[in-house]
Amino acid sequence: MHAILTVFAKEFRENLRERRTLFSALILGPLLGPLLFAAALSLSLERSAAEGDRPVSLAVAHAERAPNLLAFLRQYGVTVSAVQLDAAAARAAVQAHRQERVLVVSEDFAAHLAQGTPAPLMLYADSSDIAASREGARVRSLLAQYGTVVAHLRIAARGIDPLVLAPIAVQDIDVSTPATRSVLALGTLSYFLLLTLLMGGMYLAIDATAGERERGSLEPLLTVPVRREFLIFGKILAACAYMALSLTLTVTAFAITLRFTGLERLGMSVNFGPRVAIAVILCCLPLVPLGAALMTLVAAYTRTYREAQTWLGLVLLVPTLPIAFAGLLGLRPSLTLMAVPSLSQHFLITSLLRDEAVPASYLAMSVLATLTLGALLIGLAGRLYRREALLG
Amino acid sequence: MIEARHLYKHFGPVTAVRDLSLSAADARITGLVGPNGAGKSTTLRMLYTVLRPDAGDACIDGHSAVHTPLAAAARLGVLAHAAGIYPNLTARENVLYFGALHGLTRADARERAAELIGLLEMEEFADRRAKGFSQGQRLKTALARALVHRPQNLVLDEPTNGLDVMAVRTLRRLLRQLRTAGHCVLFSSHVMQEVSELCDEVVVIAAGTVLASGTPAEICARSGAANLEEAFVRLIDGG
Repeated sequence: MHAILTVFAKEFRENLRERRTLFSALILGPLLGPLLFAAALSLSLERSAAEGDRPVSLAVAHAERAPNLLAFLRQYGVTVSAVQLDAAAARAAVQAHRQERVLVVSEDFAAHLAQGTPAPLMLYADSSDIAASREGARVRSLLAQYGTVVAHLRIAARGIDPLVLAPIAVQDIDVSTPATRSVLALGTLSYFLLLTLLMGGMYLAIDATAGERERGSLEPLLTVPVRREFLIFGKILAACAYMALSLTLTVTAFAITLRFTGLERLGMSVNFGPRVAIAVILCCLPLVPLGAALMTLVAAYTRTYREAQTWLGLVLLVPTLPIAFAGLLGLRPSLTLMAVPSLSQHFLITSLLRDEAVPASYLAMSVLATLTLGALLIGLAGRLYRREALLG
Repeated sequence: MIEARHLYKHFGPVTAVRDLSLSAADARITGLVGPNGAGKSTTLRMLYTVLRPDAGDACIDGHSAVHTPLAAAARLGVLAHAAGIYPNLTARENVLYFGALHGLTRADARERAAELIGLLEMEEFADRRAKGFSQGQRLKTALARALVHRPQNLVLDEPTNGLDVMAVRTLRRLLRQLRTAGHCVLFSSHVMQEVSELCDEVVVIAAGTVLASGTPAEICARSGAANLEEAFVRLIDGG
């Protein structure tokens, strides 16, 4: 036992002195990550909030042929600019992005309207232009609205109640609460947490075998009268300490930065106070020994530091797989799914952010299953350290 | 006292060590010599418990390296072929770490580290981080680390490789001091000059087996050679 603590203390101290690894483990991930995340979120919120009230511009050819329609569009905030373009020129102008969209009023527009037959309008737009498509949709809905108004007037003129044209009335009732709406925006948060958690112990895990071997310090270490499992346990423990530290820093940084992102303006509330932050950390803690053991195991099979780095880069993706799968299949939390590490933590974090109650059995299953798998991998790492092939 | 009895070790289809027996007595410096690939490192690794022999056993002061490896390891100081030290620790911290792993108390380890730093003339760099140490400084640190627990037996795998004259002299002086103090010293080398200069006993191995053993004079006499190098060449060619 004493040996485990000796190894732990040495690894902890040595890693503390490695500025490069310390930077990536405790600063880059935990502090820069949430800042970038919040900045990106804030930016996208600002955009979607701003686009709703931006005036829509519309170039119209032969505007003089449909004065009522244009008056209607202007009334709904469309900035109409008259252009002199025929059909071919309008198409070319949109294709060349000189105009976002062009509405061409046909020669017989007024005649058709007077006869009560469909009056042709040509709307040229580029559907692959994502930025313009939002405004395009608004123009289209305004045109449809104008059509409805004219239809109602015609029906009323014939002495029929315009309501016969509306046989059903659908009402959308959005039951999402501010807390659940923010979960959509924060969907990637749990993955980000798991990622920085793993990154916190990555360099120590590499160092435990590949690093020691490359430096030639592994063989001297194996000559000491200490059971080899204890050596690796000490190293895993040190990796755990850095991972827990990284997790705590990341969650704290998230809790602070998300206060300044202005989710409330879009009717979203961030349920991320100190109480929830602590609960999130506690939910993720069982994942720490599992991650440390997994990375140590993978690193033990590699020959060099560089090779270990490559493989562990892939290991960082492992916790995303269950989360991505669950997202694709639309899985909801269940007792069985709570036995899947990383997925169960993702569910727990989501529930905490949504301010939903979690059944105690779910929580127990998540903690037990994750810890059991972690213990299994730690035992495996101990066995691996006893193998002679470890020396390479 | 180190005794190896009928050691065997193979890696896949290659037999590295075959029925190898040797003994290194206390208060003697024993040299293990042989050409590259003769099985010197594999033999030493079995003695210092990092490799487990396929058959046979090695005893360190009567403790089996196979059955009681921890007791055997406690009586051994080891300078492995790859004597890497931790670059982010100072020389002193490297020594203290191994002291703690050998079960020394903190005070005892500190005292012993200070003693070795004096003995090996390491004062100048003892409290500097090991990153950027010269070959000689690294060797001294590794030696101090190997001796921190006052082992009765010292095993060194090609310790003079890549060292300058001054570092080699320090090493020689230290090994002689240890012999005088009654310790058992066993080291491997392929530099005959080094061996004839230092060793009381020589074990010549090739292809994993012992070709000859005895004092340098005995080995020369038996092969009818004028010096150890000549004897070595005759033994290898004849074998």
